[in-house]
Amino acid sequence: MNVVNEWAFIGVFMAVAWVLPTAPLIVSWIFRPKRPNAIKMATYECGVETVGDTWVQFKVQYYLTGLIFLVFDVELIFLFPWAIAYNQLDFFAFGAGLLFIFLLSDALIYAWRKNALEWS
Amino acid sequence: METQQCINIIETMVPCLVRSGTDPGLAQFLSIIIGVLIVTLMPLVLVILFIWLERKIAARVQDRIGPNRVGPFGLLQNVADAVKLIIKEDITPAGADRLIYNAAPVIAILSVILVWGVIPYSPIHIGADLSIGVVYVVAIGSVGTLAIMMAGWSSNNKYALLGAFRAVAALISYEIPMILALLIPVMIAGTMSMQGIVEAQQGMWFIVSAPIAALIFYISNLAETGRAPFDLVEAESELVAGYNIEYSGMKFGLFMASEFLHSFTANLLFAVIFLGGWSGPFVAQLPLLGFVWLMAKTLVPYIFTLVLRATIPRVRIDQMMAFNWKFLVPIAIVNVLITALVLKIVQTVGLSPSPENATDFVANLPQGLILFATNLFMAFIVLNMLRNQGRRERMADQARMLRTVEQDKQIVPSAAH
Amino acid sequence: MLELNAQTIVFFVFSLLTLGGALGVVTNRNLIHGAIYLIISLFGGAGLFVLLSAPFLAAVQVLVYIGAIAILIIFAVMLTRSMTQLREVFNGQWWASALVGVLLFTLLIGGVILPVWGNSGTNPNLPVSDLVATTQDLGVALVDGNQYVLPFEVASMLLTAAMIGAIVIAREDD
Repeated sequence: MNVVNEWAFIGVFMAVAWVLPTAPLIVSWIFRPKRPNAIKMATYECGVETVGDTWVQFKVQYYLTGLIFLVFDVELIFLFPWAIAYNQLDFFAFGAGLLFIFLLSDALIYAWRKNALEWS
Repeated sequence: METQQCINIIETMVPCLVRSGTDPGLAQFLSIIIGVLIVTLMPLVLVILFIWLERKIAARVQDRIGPNRVGPFGLLQNVADAVKLIIKEDITPAGADRLIYNAAPVIAILSVILVWGVIPYSPIHIGADLSIGVVYVVAIGSVGTLAIMMAGWSSNNKYALLGAFRAVAALISYEIPMILALLIPVMIAGTMSMQGIVEAQQGMWFIVSAPIAALIFYISNLAETGRAPFDLVEAESELVAGYNIEYSGMKFGLFMASEFLHSFTANLLFAVIFLGGWSGPFVAQLPLLGFVWLMAKTLVPYIFTLVLRATIPRVRIDQMMAFNWKFLVPIAIVNVLITALVLKIVQTVGLSPSPENATDFVANLPQGLILFATNLFMAFIVLNMLRNQGRRERMADQARMLRTVEQDKQIVPSAAH
Repeated sequence: MLELNAQTIVFFVFSLLTLGGALGVVTNRNLIHGAIYLIISLFGGAGLFVLLSAPFLAAVQVLVYIGAIAILIIFAVMLTRSMTQLREVFNGQWWASALVGVLLFTLLIGGVILPVWGNSGTNPNLPVSDLVATTQDLGVALVDGNQYVLPFEVASMLLTAAMIGAIVIAREDD
């Protein structure tokens, strides 16, 4: 029953907590001046007119960083239950964890040597 | 005994209301609502104090006074700033994606406030003692990066988008050493619940048992919250304020508030997980004193963060990424492995504290000292490696300079004679 | 049969989020909006995990799916700008995919209603399971020699292979 209570708190929290930051936004919407004109609403580009469409040059480093982060994130997800139950387990658990982490640090070393970790 | 129960508000208001005749389900719901309101309002009210503290400390380091006109010692400066932001005109750029544009600042501040729900403020006060407290905190933190992405995209501005990309790439990279550093307290305490981690520190704080993990966690927090020296994420002098270029008025105010709050929340987590949370003298008699201890323990790393911000120059994005993937992550991984090994050895030998005397300082001493010694050993090895690498690079630089001097001498031989 | 208590309401809310988000993903023409709907749908899935007494999986869902995979998807969408506005919604083979969809749906409904794996899902009197496992049990199971230690290590190898493969593909054009 207590577990339900905890998650009920979190549920109500998520449902209600966004009201308090939104309150100043609403107050602001009531009180602020609204005088839009074309120049004010133009996209900002250091004071000059915008050139070209709004898109960003594809740099593969962004995607590779995200990918390496994803692989390590999933690895850490597996390590959390291992870490919780660690105190009750025997030495075999350390060996299993060692093998797991070793395989993944292998991947990190590969990425390092292949310069996938450069700039970003 | 029952009057004692009626003093604590969150979670134990239910018996009081039930005794006064309300329906139990409704009493439960009411206590939850009041708890939610308290936990939501507390950070929003405290943020005024933190921003004041930050501006005062930054000012003193820069040999000036800081805000001192509005209210006593300038304490109400932020109220004035908030009022100013509320009445400013809100310029939404043309072509911006309306719904996402408006939702991004709310999600940004929400991702920080939601963390306050699982923090133990005292032995009996906590919003929700989730069994997965640590993973919950990390998960909510990762939603914050989503808010930045949304802000950058919906502004319809290529600089905002570029800034958002860099910010998100930096933020997600530094989550890995942070989670790796969090694995160590979870391993030693044997639970992911925040209250459980604080209670496991009654014998020995985790900053003694795992100083390297604490340091890695602290540095990752600096990067995650965009604090110096990693503040290129919101650098004022580059990319013209990054992902929140097109935000003005109170929405910009919410982004700024979420950033200051995030920094304090990160230090609050540091205090809870590594500095022992609410534990301190006389907490058993007066539980609310735990809140005071917690705030005091948070202010120490927080003030250090503020002084650091005013002191250290900024690093570039490639330096930041190289530091993460080539230094922090390998060290964090090795730290986890070696700590696991030593912990298992200590447990098999029998030096670790049993559940009966887990809160006794002397019983925790052997395990704590052994782990501390292990950490010192690892730090020594890492520093040696760094020193050797530094020496190698210096020699390579010197060799290169000597080579260019030789080449110059050959090109202009007459100048030498 | 269907009592209206808080748990049922929460279940309906999260199911609505999941299904509505999924619907939004496939019907929306703007890919970024589709990504946002996907995030809503994944969040609904996390809520359903909480209802199934698996809070760790709910947090994992938010952390990995919303915090990593959704961000990767948004990266991919934003970096290939020309895909933001899709032009046509239906192509010539929509009847084949509709047929396959209906078949799959019937299969799934049959698998849930009919007692294929023992207890049927529509019998509310039988409990689904007597044990409620905690995260600690999951941890013990992951390294127990008789349980899941082999999938644990194979998962690590799979992740390594994925990372190496991605790096090989991404570095090919250098």
